[in-house]
Amino acid sequence: MEFFISLWGSLPAELQYLIWTLIKIIVIIAPIMLSVAYFTYAERKIIGYMQVRIGPNRVGPKGWLQPIADAVKLMFKEIVIPAKANKLLFVIAPAITLGPALAAWAVFPFDEELVLADINAGLLYILALTSVGVYGVIIAGWASNSKYAFLGALRSSAQIVSYEIAMGFALVGVLVVAGSLNLGDIVRAQEGGIFSWFWLPLLPLFGVYVISGVAETNRAPFDVAEGESEIVAGFHVEYSGMVFAVFFLAEYANMILISALTALMFLGGWLSPFHGWPLLGPLFDWVPGFVWLVMKTAIFMFLFLWLRATFPRYRYDQIMRLGWKVFIPITIVWIAVVGLAVVYQMPWWFD
Amino acid sequence: MTLEKLIFYALSAVIIAAAMMVVTRRNPVHSALFLILAFVACSGIWLLAEAEFLAIVLVLVYVGAVMVLFLFVLMMLDIDLAVLRAGFIKMLPLGVIMAIAMAAELILIVGPDNFGLEQYAAPARHAADYSNTEELGSVLYTVYMYPFEIAAVILLVAIIAAIGLTMRKRPDTKYLDPATQVVVKRDDRVRMVSMDAEKG
Repeated sequence: MEFFISLWGSLPAELQYLIWTLIKIIVIIAPIMLSVAYFTYAERKIIGYMQVRIGPNRVGPKGWLQPIADAVKLMFKEIVIPAKANKLLFVIAPAITLGPALAAWAVFPFDEELVLADINAGLLYILALTSVGVYGVIIAGWASNSKYAFLGALRSSAQIVSYEIAMGFALVGVLVVAGSLNLGDIVRAQEGGIFSWFWLPLLPLFGVYVISGVAETNRAPFDVAEGESEIVAGFHVEYSGMVFAVFFLAEYANMILISALTALMFLGGWLSPFHGWPLLGPLFDWVPGFVWLVMKTAIFMFLFLWLRATFPRYRYDQIMRLGWKVFIPITIVWIAVVGLAVVYQMPWWFD
Repeated sequence: MTLEKLIFYALSAVIIAAAMMVVTRRNPVHSALFLILAFVACSGIWLLAEAEFLAIVLVLVYVGAVMVLFLFVLMMLDIDLAVLRAGFIKMLPLGVIMAIAMAAELILIVGPDNFGLEQYAAPARHAADYSNTEELGSVLYTVYMYPFEIAAVILLVAIIAAIGLTMRKRPDTKYLDPATQVVVKRDDRVRMVSMDAEKG
């Protein structure tokens, strides 16, 4: 032990900082990857029960080892690269989708002081990173050298780019009210109980953000990117084995990210729902903020699965109509309303 | 050499290499992808210059939106590469002259005579709580209010013009108006008929 401490001390300060940051990144990423694995299990279980069946129940007690078995299976499968496909792009496309979904967590505040990089433009950073994720889809579709994959990629990236605008506008409302691009400051601006969080004064934007989030991650009912009845499986039709698994991981990591961001922007992040209330407030003060954040995130993660089990798939032209002609006007109107409310310091939320 | 300088040179090397690839690649899709790489590396350099707002917006707007549409067009066009490459030798002397002229102009203007440390002292480092976004915003909405608004109006005109160009009614399209679709009642579509049962 002594030896290790002296070894640590002998390292240059910059290297120490680098190693320390790497450790922090692992501490953030490892639980996320684990939750991604068990999110797939939860999805199969929850949808199973919604359809009056049991879902996976063979591997391990109550099927608890199913995600591990799936991972092992996918790792040992052959990666088939189509003839005349662009090999390099074909292989890096899944990584491009997964990378931003994980990198966005760098600015995410898990608790009052618990954040890897407390940067001023955190919200912009997240918007920029999530907009890069679309390249994974578009490159995968093109590099596969397959008509179905290409059509799926075009559909999917057009959808992602369209809904990004509505999402961005919804977040503009948040930053107007919070007066900051720093994610920690956005949560601190919601200080108070459940009724002072942003979901209430920004209710239309909240709705738009959640629905756009579902569309952005290509999940049902907006999953025309896959559309197995029309274009077999969309952009990842040619993918198999581990490269396919990475696409799968990215989809679930994105869902968790969007859920956590919704909890952060509209449901007060790590704040307790009874914060500042008489009686109930002090009663729940001992609960760490992180627990509240996880619970709020879980609500939206469940919502993703619930929507998938409930709704039929949207038609493509209706998806585009919803994004451009319904959501964007709603957000623009509400940004104007919020702007006026902030300028004239309307009572309850904006004073 | 400090770490910062090392990152600067690494990013610059990436930009130059990517820019070379943009013009030399035969496949236009590859060129576009290298252009994206150049943009990303550029935003890294802007981050080093403490202009984090510009850096992030470069990624958000150019990488996240503009280049996606670029790629769309390039991927869907059936580009005949032979036509594109034809006449390379014939045009080469003209191209070389143009390139040398452009490079000379650039060096003359951006060279050390006009932009050296004698002309502009190295700017002082900002404190950790310096917000580039706030600084830009406060100048943009006060000092440069009119140019900003005019730029916005020009962009709006461009959007309207682009939409206007594509707004044409094709007689053979089977477009359905969703507003009329959702108000359809059962009585509009279902007709109850009573038929006698067949005998025998």
